[in-house]
Amino acid sequence: MTDMLTPVLTRRWQSPRSWSIDTYEQLEGYQALRTALTAHPDQLIQLVKDSGLRGRGGAGFPTGMKWGFIPQGPDGPGAKPKYLVINADEGEPGTCKDIPTMMADPHSLIEGCIITSFAIRANFCAIYIRGEALHPIRRVRHAVDEAYAKGYLGKDILGSGFDLDIVVHAGAGAYICGEETALLDSLEGRRGQPRLKPPFPATSGLYASPTVVNNVETIASVPAIVQGGSEWFRSMGTEKSPGPKIYSVSGHVERPGQYEAPLGITLRQLLELAGGMKGGIPLKFWTPGGSSTPLFTAEHLDVPLDFEGAAAAGSMLGTTAVQVFNETVSVPWAVMKWTEFYKHESCGKCTPCREGTYWLVQILERMVAGEGTPSDVETMLDICDNILGRSFCALGDGATSPITSAIKYFRQEFLDLCAAQPVAAPEPAGAMA
Amino acid sequence: MTTPNPETNGPVAAPQERVWDGPAPQSPVSPVFDELTRQRTKEIVAQYPQSRSALLPLLHLVQSVEGHVSQDGIRYCAEALELTTAEVAAVATFYTMYKRTPCGEHLVSVCTNTLCAVLGGDDIYARLKAKLGIGHEETAGEPGSPGSITLEHAECLAACDLAPVVQVNYEFFDNQTVSSAEELVDALQRGEKPHPTRGAALTDFRSVELELAGVFTDLPTTVEGASSAVETMRGARLATDRGWSAPSMPDTPPAFPTLPEKK
Repeated sequence: MTDMLTPVLTRRWQSPRSWSIDTYEQLEGYQALRTALTAHPDQLIQLVKDSGLRGRGGAGFPTGMKWGFIPQGPDGPGAKPKYLVINADEGEPGTCKDIPTMMADPHSLIEGCIITSFAIRANFCAIYIRGEALHPIRRVRHAVDEAYAKGYLGKDILGSGFDLDIVVHAGAGAYICGEETALLDSLEGRRGQPRLKPPFPATSGLYASPTVVNNVETIASVPAIVQGGSEWFRSMGTEKSPGPKIYSVSGHVERPGQYEAPLGITLRQLLELAGGMKGGIPLKFWTPGGSSTPLFTAEHLDVPLDFEGAAAAGSMLGTTAVQVFNETVSVPWAVMKWTEFYKHESCGKCTPCREGTYWLVQILERMVAGEGTPSDVETMLDICDNILGRSFCALGDGATSPITSAIKYFRQEFLDLCAAQPVAAPEPAGAMA
Repeated sequence: MTTPNPETNGPVAAPQERVWDGPAPQSPVSPVFDELTRQRTKEIVAQYPQSRSALLPLLHLVQSVEGHVSQDGIRYCAEALELTTAEVAAVATFYTMYKRTPCGEHLVSVCTNTLCAVLGGDDIYARLKAKLGIGHEETAGEPGSPGSITLEHAECLAACDLAPVVQVNYEFFDNQTVSSAEELVDALQRGEKPHPTRGAALTDFRSVELELAGVFTDLPTTVEGASSAVETMRGARLATDRGWSAPSMPDTPPAFPTLPEKK
């Protein structure tokens, strides 16, 4: 049985100047790289497959498998240049783990990038950081400069014959660029709109070449896996969701913050760590992994927060952005705010999402203003049905999550808003009942 | 030119043949983009395997010069990357951070996404709007002049454990209240530069746009500054206090897995 909290990614965060290469090297930094460079690249891919590491950006796709999809070999698609792209466009409402990681320990990301690039045989890596994250951009860029100066980047890294360049690329304020293909379009200097899949980035990614796109937390986990091995990594978490994970607890709790625990911790345990509900006001609803993951309620305090547990209970693990709301918060209001977000961030490429989010906002704003009708609830469910699975990318699906889950658990609250509307003017004589 | 008659669907005249007579005569972009900017442009473009990837950084670069993305700025980027102005404008208008009208000395962004809003973000935004007498993406004061402020409401700024958050020129001011945000804006208008909760010393909107373009004139200094908030380290600290840790790693890294025989 492991401890309640298992700092791996966060284990250096308390050290003075934890972001500098001196501190990082004192704390065994870049040792994993030295080890990794002695391996065959395919052994690293196998190691990460064996570790069971799953993507930390929300979807939970097995990381080693993703790397294994990159075509290799001297001919055909394997002969093209390969690229590693880091998705650091953190913007899912509630999610706030990658920014502190890049702020406090950027070298773990850089070391992970070098090992990953070596494994997939990439010589160019781009770290796409959302533009509003200015200080993390500075920290990562500085870490890259330091790594070049130490010979961890550039030509013939540590005498291995392996070359790698990393560029730190600032985004410009578009949530949709967190979607991997939209991110690639954005990185190519275009509007950040998602691409049709297939082809997947593994065969046709950046500049139509084989590309791995991974989240910050995923890649920052790689050095520890190389050092500790797959069995060590699997000693935390569950069989299908191994490893530690940063849970970002925010909202109506006494001590919001970043808590790194083995996958599978419950909200009840997280609340205990975070000092309980703020002021003792009871829990009403919460998101397990950002606003795109269906809401949970107080019924779900003991759901194991791993990929399988969250899914079995009707939601998704997402980014483990645990946003906690107490009884004072109106569910329709919260859903309206989130829907306004999706409407603003919809890229406009596909009709269901562009139009659907627009009309959902109209209805929700009307309901919250007390001018809704009971049929609005059904209309919203109908619109959601026309968005879910019919949109180009997951933004549309995500936009329906708060609405459908809120209606599932709190339908009466929507209906009560209708009852609260001002009494209608008397109907004109002769009107049909 | 003949247009089709929608009533009758009558015959439509063939469009007149158009001959493209080459690029427009050389029109040097405004001298506002000086030699230094041109040099920086070359360095930015050289970082990427394909030049068009430099478009987002270059739009940040022109914004650092002019305080917004002007028609001149669009033309500058188009010329630098051999794109059409339409291609550049299509990109510039897609992204929130490219401002189409001149910005104030400071850009104040208030997160009004659900979680910040419920903890006070909506009240902060409403108060600042009333105080400055402006709305979303409007500027109080002469844009660019000292103490001028552009206000916006922002989507989730990824600092939810520190809610409600406000950013000034993308530097974090955490755990704000209506009164602390008002004091912040007062100080900015007086020409002061309060230090962010996390991040480097406050400068101005144009200076940070230069950094977003990837040009750091003094990175060893700006990289310093407060790093992690108390909230950031709560889990790590709690683990220390309670003696919790991850299982210890083997003393030496275990052997790598053997590879399956190639078929």
